Amino acid sequence: MSHPKEEELIAFRDGDQTNRERVQQHLRACAECRAALEKIEAVFAAMDAMPVPDPGENYGQRVWAQISSRLPERQPSWWESFFAPRRLVAIGAFATIAIAAFLAGRYWHAKPGTGEGGKIDTAQVRERILVVAVGDHLSKSEMFLVELSNAQPNSSSGKLVNISAQQKRAENLLDENRLYRQTALQEGDQVMASTLDELERVLLDIANSPEEVSPARFESMQQRLASRGILFKVRVIRQGLHDRANPAKQPPAQKPTQQNISKSNAQEGHRA
Amino acid sequence: MNEMNPSVEPGPATNAVPDAVAVERTLAGDRDAYRVLVVRHSQNVYRLAYRMAGNSHDAEEIVQEAFLRAYQKLKQFAGQANFGTWVYRIAANYAIDRLRQRKADDSRREQPARDSEDGSELDPLAHISDAGPSPERLARSSQLARRMEQALQELTPAERTAIVMRHWDGCGIEEIAATLKSSTTAAKNTVFRAVQKLRIALEPFADGRRTAKAMGME
Repeated sequence: MSHPKEEELIAFRDGDQTNRERVQQHLRACAECRAALEKIEAVFAAMDAMPVPDPGENYGQRVWAQISSRLPERQPSWWESFFAPRRLVAIGAFATIAIAAFLAGRYWHAKPGTGEGGKIDTAQVRERILVVAVGDHLSKSEMFLVELSNAQPNSSSGKLVNISAQQKRAENLLDENRLYRQTALQEGDQVMASTLDELERVLLDIANSPEEVSPARFESMQQRLASRGILFKVRVIRQGLHDRANPAKQPPAQKPTQQNISKSNAQEGHRA
Repeated sequence: MNEMNPSVEPGPATNAVPDAVAVERTLAGDRDAYRVLVVRHSQNVYRLAYRMAGNSHDAEEIVQEAFLRAYQKLKQFAGQANFGTWVYRIAANYAIDRLRQRKADDSRREQPARDSEDGSELDPLAHISDAGPSPERLARSSQLARRMEQALQELTPAERTAIVMRHWDGCGIEEIAATLKSSTTAAKNTVFRAVQKLRIALEPFADGRRTAKAMGME
């Protein structure tokens, strides 16, 4: 049997299955080839013995510090921004409103005698649907704020509190909130726009916090929430919207005013 | 009343963000999301870079350049593999380019010296293949490490890349071929040539204690 080539020995050592049985049998019988394989083995043993210095535990942070100022600004293209997951949630919400408005319009058009001279007031329909959509958004925001305010991190353990799930919810609410705030501004509803603006600041505050915070920092976040009185502002506005959406079941519609909100804040402050 | 879960392992918050999410956020304009990827993969890229370059200074430059290039090309990444593999390959490519550039610079500098040596051809391995102390005494010595480093420096950039990726990082031949932009057969041959050259360079230090194990005779 002829001696395997050096390439074959290297492949054999590397675990290559080609001709493995044949090479193995040959090596059992041939001292010369065993010696050749030993020399190849020595190369890998010497490579294994070469150390790589440890760059240190914080090496990654050091690399970031060295390159971060050299990274060019990345402007997301319009389609990347458009299709960003969080934005899709908000777009979905608006699409639902648009479809609902369209269907409502068709429904009312189909009923003669509705409104003045059988004509539908599209502004009224749009407002009604916006009222429902914003009310839904405020309900979700209220639930979120209540949960956050009532959460009790285990401060005695001293472990960090992971708020990543809350941040995700805040981020999701943020995009919807921005759209509704802009709409409220366009509609001239200053009270609604102002409350949504405050809610946006609170949501931003949560979304931009570290994913893990100390119990003390978490409690301070809860205190900030309470001191801003945002939960009561949201409740007042949401209740007002609810009344507007269900005029038959409620006393005469009462649009929330700045005075109402201020009154609620005062009550909240008094209770605190 | 709900209670929030404290993190099981207090540590860098960056651990919680998967690579794919960090890439997506970076592409959406959140530059700080890229920090997560840099912190997570720097050590691995550094090990490759050090073995390719042979010194810390060059290795650190390779790491930085690899992450800068990865950032610029992030759109091309598009989830084709995991980010760690991708930036590793970018680092390997950049390291090859540097090695080639350095070889070219060295050969330009050496040319006048060679011309003055009566045309005699220099054997790149001749100066390290002389007989020395016994293999037993030197098997783990710093002299062996120096000779190994010297022998690695003598490899072509492609050979060095191939042997580093294959032996130290356990990369498949297909991955090496992709990095070298060659066929798998050519990549395999590059690994063989690298081992052959190293074997010749280290001949005086040959130690065959592992041979029996490699052959499955133990």
